[in-house]
Amino acid sequence: MTVGDWSTLLSGIIYGSECSSMESTQDNGNLANVRHIILVMSGKGGVGKSTLSTQIALALRHAGKRVGILDVDLCGPSIPRMLNAVGKEVHQCDSGWVPVYVDQEKTISLMSIGFLLDGQDDAVVWRGPKKNAMINQFINDVAWGELDFLIVDTPPGTSDEHISTVQALRPFKPMGAVMVTTPQAVAVGDVRRELTFCKKTGLAVIGIVENMSGFVCPYCSECSNIFSKGGGEELAKYAGVPFLGCVPIDPLLSKSAEEGKDFIQEFPNSAAYPALTSIAKLILEKAALTI
Amino acid sequence: MCIDSVYFVADCPGTSSSEAGKGTACQGCPNQSICASGANSAPDPAIEEVKEKLSTVKHKLLVLSGKGGVGKSTFSAQLAYGLAEDEDKQIALLDVDLCGPSIPKMMGLENEQVHHSGSGWSPVYVEDNLAVMSIGFLINSPDDAIIWRGPKKNGMIKQFLRDVDWGEVDYLIVDTPPGTSDEHLSVVQYLSTACIDGAVIITTPQEVSLQDVRKEINFCRKVNVPIIGIVENMSGFICPKCKNKSQIFPPTTGGSEKMCNDLGIPLLGSIPLDEAIGRTCDSGKSFLTNVPDSPAVFSYRKIIQRIQEFCDQKNR
Repeated sequence: MTVGDWSTLLSGIIYGSECSSMESTQDNGNLANVRHIILVMSGKGGVGKSTLSTQIALALRHAGKRVGILDVDLCGPSIPRMLNAVGKEVHQCDSGWVPVYVDQEKTISLMSIGFLLDGQDDAVVWRGPKKNAMINQFINDVAWGELDFLIVDTPPGTSDEHISTVQALRPFKPMGAVMVTTPQAVAVGDVRRELTFCKKTGLAVIGIVENMSGFVCPYCSECSNIFSKGGGEELAKYAGVPFLGCVPIDPLLSKSAEEGKDFIQEFPNSAAYPALTSIAKLILEKAALTI
Repeated sequence: MCIDSVYFVADCPGTSSSEAGKGTACQGCPNQSICASGANSAPDPAIEEVKEKLSTVKHKLLVLSGKGGVGKSTFSAQLAYGLAEDEDKQIALLDVDLCGPSIPKMMGLENEQVHHSGSGWSPVYVEDNLAVMSIGFLINSPDDAIIWRGPKKNGMIKQFLRDVDWGEVDYLIVDTPPGTSDEHLSVVQYLSTACIDGAVIITTPQEVSLQDVRKEINFCRKVNVPIIGIVENMSGFICPKCKNKSQIFPPTTGGSEKMCNDLGIPLLGSIPLDEAIGRTCDSGKSFLTNVPDSPAVFSYRKIIQRIQEFCDQKNR
């Protein structure tokens, strides 16, 4: 599809520039059979939101759950590469867009703007209102079918994408947000603001993950705290929200994200494995309580 | 809030074009009816006001990246500190990352407030020759979130460019948030007649970052902003104990060197990871003068010199 094609698709939707009055009125739309919706957020960019979204999804899949991932990062969609789905196409069906299935068993499905661009390097140069319309379409018009979890990966910040996503998801009562930070003060400061966003919009916080927390040298096993240490845990205490754990810097994890590999399956002995599986376990426990 | 925000879509014919509001790309755009009525065909008067205000600024540089967390603000801060080491030069640093302003902390200016004067907003000074402006100076508490949609952000950026009283400045460095959206379009539009010298684009070595950076390069080409070059940040980590180098963000597709070769863009340099960078940024000090022996400082200084040379050539 070209950009022109889907701007035509978007026409007929009425929206204002300052408000988003697009709250879904249908009770049993495409998200009706989705049990739990989890947002992955951070005020800061490059802290590992997409990497964690992907790995949490894979870990939940290994626990026997059906998982969908919705990538609402419109200017920098990373998930298709991380799940080795670059170049796949989205098809239409009666109830909307069919997401891309990553595995043959169809246990992980994915929707991202990356699948709608002609060229991989095409820039999505859009102001807010167009982004909002796209997000509303992503939330209402993707035929997810039956899912145990829908993970929504967001861009950094507290602006259009976030306001629109939270507003459009409100009727479906999301379970909450997993907040990702790196340990240094500059990142923690931005995540503090994201917590305020959650408070103001009434979105529950499932907990905080401290990513890139220390690096163990593969040659001499010396641990270097490249981006400092402990900032995420301190923030969780300060804000009174659960701390989900520290994920260390692990070149195998970055490499898996680069090559679209299933880190959880391929590297069970690596440094980041226990942290990631324990985060997934905490999410499963929390989900079991909210049914 | 409506008229001063000129919406810009992928194939937007431009608000002053005869096709405004009529092109295929205009369908679905919220400003279609405004454009079609011709009410928006006159350029925003603020563009000329910005040009007038910034006529005392010699060089205007943007620091961009499609990807977040690659070190845009860290680089902007060090570039400002580095250029300001020459006491004869006046440096201004403008932070247009409205939702995640990191510059106040990195420049040691947390809890500072902006003052209003007759001629506009006074920036906050780190040194006599280094002035800073950020939305961080306008909010009261570190917990305050700026939960704004595009048009409000655009209004703020307009004020930053039009109403800040920088005085005589040699270099204005504009630090941006990640992406190719409202903030970027507004900065480029408001500076369209004041002229941007060029953009420095920051990336990290892995493909997940490069794929977003290629989009940013296409953005620059689309809006005619010259690219000074690419900086590869977080390029390997040298263990302080055994001195072996690890690739934390492995360049699985050849890194920025290959990308620059493919796209014909200069690679200004690569900066290795160093624990001291994050530490000095968190404490609001110059990394260049506090850890002068770090290999990362050598890289920074070389890159800063190349940027100066680029600007000097433009002068002639």
